[in-house]
Amino acid sequence: MKRVLSGNEAVARGSWEAGVKVAAAYPGTPSTEILEELARFPHVYCEWSTNEKVAVDVAMGAAYAGRRALAAMKHVGLNVAADSFFYASSTGAEAGVVIVSADDPAMHSSQNEQDNRRFAQFARVPCLEPSDSQECKDFVPAAFELSELFDTPVLLRTTTRTNHSSGPVELGERIERPPRRDKFPRNPEKYVMIPGNARRRHPIVEQRVRDLAAWAEKSSLNRIEWRDRAVGVITAGVAYQYAREVLPDASVLKLGMVYPLPEQLIRTFAAGVGRLIVLEELDPVIEDEVHLLGIACEGKTIFPLCGELDPTVVRRSAAAAGLPVDRPPVLVAEVAKPELPARPPVLCAGCPHRGVFQLLSKKKVAVTGDIGCYTLGLLPPLSAIHTCGCMGAGIGVAHGAAQAGIGERMVAVIGDSTFYHTGLPALANVAYNKANVLTIILDNRTTAMTGHQANPGTGLTLQHQRAEVIELEPLVRALGIHHVATVDAYDVEHLEQAYKELMAHNEPAVLVARRDCALLPEIRKRWVPLEVIEEKCTGCGICFRIGCPAILKSDELDENSGKPLALIDAEMCTGCELCSQLCPHGAIPTRDQMRLAEEHQPASCTVVTPEGS
Amino acid sequence: MRAHDPVNFVLVGVGGQGTLLASTILAEVGLAAGYDVKKSEVHGMAQRGGSVLSHVRWHPQHVFSPIVGMAEADILLCFEKLEALRFAEYVRPGGAAVVNDMAIVPITVSAGAGTYPGDEHLAEVFKAVGAKLVVVPGEKLAQEAGNVKAANVALLGAVSHLLPLPEETWWECVKQRVPAKFLEVNRKAFAAGRAAVKQV
Repeated sequence: MKRVLSGNEAVARGSWEAGVKVAAAYPGTPSTEILEELARFPHVYCEWSTNEKVAVDVAMGAAYAGRRALAAMKHVGLNVAADSFFYASSTGAEAGVVIVSADDPAMHSSQNEQDNRRFAQFARVPCLEPSDSQECKDFVPAAFELSELFDTPVLLRTTTRTNHSSGPVELGERIERPPRRDKFPRNPEKYVMIPGNARRRHPIVEQRVRDLAAWAEKSSLNRIEWRDRAVGVITAGVAYQYAREVLPDASVLKLGMVYPLPEQLIRTFAAGVGRLIVLEELDPVIEDEVHLLGIACEGKTIFPLCGELDPTVVRRSAAAAGLPVDRPPVLVAEVAKPELPARPPVLCAGCPHRGVFQLLSKKKVAVTGDIGCYTLGLLPPLSAIHTCGCMGAGIGVAHGAAQAGIGERMVAVIGDSTFYHTGLPALANVAYNKANVLTIILDNRTTAMTGHQANPGTGLTLQHQRAEVIELEPLVRALGIHHVATVDAYDVEHLEQAYKELMAHNEPAVLVARRDCALLPEIRKRWVPLEVIEEKCTGCGICFRIGCPAILKSDELDENSGKPLALIDAEMCTGCELCSQLCPHGAIPTRDQMRLAEEHQPASCTVVTPEGS
Repeated sequence: MRAHDPVNFVLVGVGGQGTLLASTILAEVGLAAGYDVKKSEVHGMAQRGGSVLSHVRWHPQHVFSPIVGMAEADILLCFEKLEALRFAEYVRPGGAAVVNDMAIVPITVSAGAGTYPGDEHLAEVFKAVGAKLVVVPGEKLAQEAGNVKAANVALLGAVSHLLPLPEETWWECVKQRVPAKFLEVNRKAFAAGRAAVKQV
């Protein structure tokens, strides 16, 4: 049976078919849907771990216990999990363990476009790279076989284009695997990485790489497709699709396993073609290896290293290099267009973070940010965030600036999910080493950016079962932070009051700005759009300066100022009332004010409701 | 377009407009009609009200690239007029741009950086590209059918008229993907979209 599956759905399906028992992940685009989808299948324990490192540890624990296990993350998640990834390579396990890294060429939703095939080389872990949904499904069971055959974790490296592209997939059935152990192994030589044991493991790991390379020579994951021999292309992942599309007549060496590489197969292919090309996205990983074999090839001299490939880029580059392309690159006509206004992503209408950023912007304070929807607080007109590096970085950066003696108070902002992820150790550091940093936890009760996943503060699990709520305030107080306040993030006056009080102390302080994300399904049901009273609006523009996409410029101009009046898009407005609180002319009544006004209007008709309704 | 020719679609709009559902339905229609299909989209930060772009490809034998190249789209389906102008170069000469008569003013305009382009540019730009322009009042047709949220189905109805597949093939796929209680609304919206193109 064939079904259209995204790469992520296919990885989940493949995991289930492979008999995975335990799967752990932290949400991150483009990997998030893998665990969401896998959690729908029976007989697999799935969880949102607090971060990617924990997820890899969880998978390793399950694999030590003799059960197949999977950990999934976005590429930068593997940075967080790197320490665990390396010991996993050293120890191996008792059952198969697969780590999925979803890389993001073009940085559609990431802070960098690192190529995690380098991590495979670095940690001596074999790496498979699927090129479409069918392979996403098929490579997972293959990765588990490989893992168990060679006693190694396997890295399954995908990219945004494979994760979020869909195509027909031939489905299989689940093969249940009996646990490979009854009891947890007591094998310290293999599993306790003190120096003496680790020294004995290192040559074993290096030999494993040589054995894997020999295996790769015969594996069906790698294949030569002989066509015209004038040009031969070595390629992998989604770049294989572009090679086939743009260079349909060229011979291809398709690598399903990108580390370690099959030396003999590459030599055979190179000897059989006239001009050897390497087509790969991001780093010249394969190209470097081919050069190390002493084989002449061309790669990044033809195709770009930065950004994502696509048929247009590949065709243009290949044609310029004189390669036999399917057809000449289209010269996109120079179309005269008006100047088009940009449409950057924005904080949504009703976003509970907006009030905090409006305050910070007004205070002109230095703000270190973090990863999440709220990073968008950097955009004009709020322009309230001044650094953002990676998950959990903001608090430590603020602490460092404070300890360096910068002459102003530092404020760190971090979302609830990110706080549990890596903010917690950084805040413990602030408390321990006593920096006068104000940390604002933007608690919108969900992991919003990746699509509303549960986290330890929500009281729900991945499967929406009840879980313990890890309350922020007692947690923060337990760290030894004495100045802690909680405010409704929609309440402008109390936000500012709490901010002032906390900033009055020259000590670590935490402000929890709490309000559910306006896009949560149960919150959406309660949206009530506000309206602008035109007679009261003067076109002063204060409401335009909070960057709410629901507040538009009207075609009506104010008689005195000649400036456009404000207009609220009723489809978009959630009724958060931030603009009502900021409007100096009372032109945007709150819901309570609207209700009062209605009650004082003379009744124009009488509504009769039938009894009992 | 003849039956069994490959077909490339590019869908553009604003995050939250329902482009993802429309691309899913397009992929399923292709599969039902016997094509190999691929679709590709981007999730995450772009969906917070930013410009969004997705690709759907049908091929009688095999689709390789999941992405459509520049000037390779047979049909550019635009959920919003500014995005239609932004991504106009995706449609091939001789192709068609189906443009929803809908303006969503970006925050940059309210903030005073730039102005929303006038409708006259649509005809100019697509003429320069060499593509047929079909403007469909998706929201209006959906509203008349009973629910403004069926606008994306009205747009699919418009697209369906440009391709040589039986109307039933389309409707069978659409109805799998819309809530049962809105079946009749969506049927009307689909038919209205289809009829709107006939009049062009």
